[in-house]
Amino acid sequence: MELFTNQVLAGIATGAIYACMALAVVMIYQAIDHLNFAQGEMAMFSTFVAWQLMQWGVPYWGAFILTLAFSFVGGIVIERALFKPLAKAPVLTHVAGFIALFAIINSVAGLTWDFTIKQFPSPFGSSPFLGSQLISTHQAGMIGVTLILLLLLFVFFRYTRVGLAMRAAASMPESARLVGINTSWMIALGWGMAAAIGSIAGMLIAPVVFLEPNMMGGVLIYGFAAAVVGGLSSPLGAVVGGFLVGIFENLVGTYIPGVGNELKLPIALALIITVLVVKPNGLFGRAIVKRV
Amino acid sequence: MTIQVSVRIAALASVALASLAVTDAAFAQKKYDTGATDTEIKIGNIIPYSGPASAYGIIGKMEEAYFKMINEQGGINGRKINFISYDDGYSPPKAVEQARKLVESDEVLFVFGPLGTPSNTAIQKYMNAKKVPQLFVATGATKFGEYKSFPWTMGWQPAYQSEGQIFAKYAMTEKPDGKIAVLYQNDDLGKDMLKGLKDGLGAKASMIVAEESYEVSEPTIENHLTKLKATGADILLSISTPKFAAQAIKKVGELGWKPMYFQSNVGASVASVMRPAGLENSQGVLSLAYVKEASDPQWANDEGMKKYLDFLAKHAPFANVADSSAEYGYGQAQTVVQVLKQAGDNLTRANIMKEAASLKDFVPDTMLPGVKINTSATDFYPIEQLRMMRFTGEKWDVFGPPIESKLGG
Amino acid sequence: MSTVQDVTAAPVIDAVPKKAMSLGPLASLIILALLVVTPLFVKNFIIFQMTMWLIYAIAVLALNILTGASGQFSLGQSAFYALGAYTSAILMEHGDINYALTLPVAGVICFVAGFLFGLPALRLSGVYLALATFALATAMPQLLKLGVFEHWTGGVQGLVVTKPDAPEILATLGLKVSQDMWLYYFTLAVSILIYILSVNLLKSRSGRAMMAIRDNEIAASAMGVDVSLYKTLAFGVSAGITGIAGGLGAIAVQFVAPDGYTIQLAVALFLGMVVGGVGWLPGSLAGAAFIVFVPNIAESVSKGLSGAVFGVILILIIFLLPHGSRQLAYGAQRLIGKFRKN
Repeated sequence: MELFTNQVLAGIATGAIYACMALAVVMIYQAIDHLNFAQGEMAMFSTFVAWQLMQWGVPYWGAFILTLAFSFVGGIVIERALFKPLAKAPVLTHVAGFIALFAIINSVAGLTWDFTIKQFPSPFGSSPFLGSQLISTHQAGMIGVTLILLLLLFVFFRYTRVGLAMRAAASMPESARLVGINTSWMIALGWGMAAAIGSIAGMLIAPVVFLEPNMMGGVLIYGFAAAVVGGLSSPLGAVVGGFLVGIFENLVGTYIPGVGNELKLPIALALIITVLVVKPNGLFGRAIVKRV
Repeated sequence: MTIQVSVRIAALASVALASLAVTDAAFAQKKYDTGATDTEIKIGNIIPYSGPASAYGIIGKMEEAYFKMINEQGGINGRKINFISYDDGYSPPKAVEQARKLVESDEVLFVFGPLGTPSNTAIQKYMNAKKVPQLFVATGATKFGEYKSFPWTMGWQPAYQSEGQIFAKYAMTEKPDGKIAVLYQNDDLGKDMLKGLKDGLGAKASMIVAEESYEVSEPTIENHLTKLKATGADILLSISTPKFAAQAIKKVGELGWKPMYFQSNVGASVASVMRPAGLENSQGVLSLAYVKEASDPQWANDEGMKKYLDFLAKHAPFANVADSSAEYGYGQAQTVVQVLKQAGDNLTRANIMKEAASLKDFVPDTMLPGVKINTSATDFYPIEQLRMMRFTGEKWDVFGPPIESKLGG
Repeated sequence: MSTVQDVTAAPVIDAVPKKAMSLGPLASLIILALLVVTPLFVKNFIIFQMTMWLIYAIAVLALNILTGASGQFSLGQSAFYALGAYTSAILMEHGDINYALTLPVAGVICFVAGFLFGLPALRLSGVYLALATFALATAMPQLLKLGVFEHWTGGVQGLVVTKPDAPEILATLGLKVSQDMWLYYFTLAVSILIYILSVNLLKSRSGRAMMAIRDNEIAASAMGVDVSLYKTLAFGVSAGITGIAGGLGAIAVQFVAPDGYTIQLAVALFLGMVVGGVGWLPGSLAGAAFIVFVPNIAESVSKGLSGAVFGVILILIIFLLPHGSRQLAYGAQRLIGKFRKN
């Protein structure tokens, strides 16, 4: 039983990482109705910017705010320069664009900051949280920040004009334009916000996994998985999905004899596919009605 | 006076004649295979500059920088090195394509330092069929020193298996009743070293109470350590690459677990593992090494290290001192230059292999004191000495004599 | 799938909807002649490269059948490629079976695997399907490494495969054919066969049913098309062809290992399809050329930034030709048409 509780707690700790990234995934999905495969790399780059600022002597919170601003602007710039010209191209072409962006960011970060791992500070410290060695204060802080972000996003999409307009622009661009929404800028705004949330995720994840150009590769897969389990249209679903994936993965690794540990990821992914088959829009997602 | 002068002239003349004779003889002995001429030696190389293993791209860049410096200094026996390095993205099919390009299209004399077990396995058969040396492969898999079945393939770094064996012997002497937990990367590195550990333990293999593998695609491996701690083991062997090595050391510290901690050589860098993991967590960790670490202040006055740091400053400003891969490339390049010097004017592929297999007590600048490169016609494992070390304060303390790690076969 | 609707809505295709999948007879013959003759004049290494090019072209073509014909989008083709490669390798090395015979086996096994995967995938569309297949590609290397199968697969070390010689008949006829050359013509023959079968499949009843689903699933089912059957069938056929490509790849490279079949390969195949032009089968050749040659170009520009150069080239291509090489081909066709009229 103790092992079980331990594994669940440890699962929540890693789940926080996935949840954080999943929020950024949901954000971009709300804005462009698609997934951005370069999102992890964008978050990694932002985190490097924060690290560089701190190397130059900027204090943590200063670097944090500057990085947020940089990422927001950076997200908008990428959208305007790269994806707006492709607005009329098929979505598959966009996916190729994401892959190109992925390659460029990864390569530039590697050349600029090389591949040795860097320590990234945590504002919460890393002492045991409430006497538990399984969850550190940093991980607790991370869960806290994720929940705050979740709340903000929820309010944004549910109650603000911009949030509603953005949702309308993504799901029904034609009708949104008819009611006077500038859909093009809504998309750019969505990119900016997703990049900013991604940068927060990056800065929270880096103290755990260490900062290096490939740090988000694995995280993004799990972030996608979490967002999909929860439902891509629901921030709450993404967070719950993150924790579920974290816990489930741990329990598989611990309790399935023989292959459990070696096949942690495949089994977790199989579960996700199962969830999707039963509930194609995720646990918390809205059903989409198709029309002829 | 006049007599003296004439004697001198006569002497000079005879020296000149003698040297003429020597060069003449040398001319007669000059032998070339494809890729070597009077002015140039073509060397091929395959490194992942892109893709998931692009962190190793620095090795190729360091080698290129080193050969460039050699060329600026006049080359080797008057010949410039033409270093052709290609990217395989750590994908075996691409490695085969690049190896064939080097051999058939660029017509290199030999291929040097291709990286990774999968890529090297993919090209090994081809290189041996073509009788083109596959020299100093950048991996520690045992199968790259089997001179009988693959006479054209030679390793460089100590075999992963021997590292596992040395850990086993140390654990058996220091903690004969210990319980060993193993954390390993699920690839050739992990599997090979685990095998070495088991071979080394022999009848006492039951000391191993838990084996836990992780994938490089995992964002964090913290939970594996929670599990390993629960087994009650008091010895931990972490066979891991830098990022995961640091995560493991940090997590073990946070868990308050105090096992006898072995860290594999690949993840034992001070600057890129121990320091990020937290010095307080790193105290007492044991590891094995064969090179000095450039960022370690204890070598500040070491002759070899001075040369290395000087090289970094003048010829490779792009490299991070803390990056152990950079040092790796430098050491490999020096070894190949030594082989070429020994080969002299006999630049056939067979002679390159012969000279590579006749290195005697060669010491690249970066080797730890006491570690020497020795090869023979029946020994295709160049570096076979490792030294135990323990992390104390802010650096590794080397202890004990160099340990020979001969592998059978 | 709004994605593919966009594709079909593009003006260049509207003009020639029936020919959208294949190439005219003259162009086909010219390309075929080039493919047959070129190897006689180049080095073995180039022949090897051309072999790999054809193999990737088969794999891209398979993806084109899935995406272009049935509108399903897969980022997991590397999994089927791997399955085919391992099937061939294991049969050759452990079963001593002739290399040519291993290919149909690889094809059938992958067809079944793809069909089975297609069943749950039926419930998924668009982004969700992309993710499910992405998951498959991520999981595959770990399955290949699994300790249980190590005796057969060689685990992390992989499996070395023997390269086939040209049949002895050729030697008795006085033709000296190198291993590379033989393998190239063998691959070419397989490619042509697959291409012809694919074109015919798409022109058949089944093909039209698949395209109807692509264009409008609900309308298709209202007209009596068995949507589930044809969608899973498309998955199966695509996986089967990918598996044959994988088997050929294993024979040409003489080695299989988990590291050869990562998500990188899936991404490469996907890019090959986009660059070639989604749904345009001859574009597979152009797409495969992108897979084989563009990384080489990128690294020759800059070693440290090869990834970035690759990305920039890719962006240039999708900016200039958002519909891939198909756009180029149709542009040329129009131009020729204009000249004729004048």
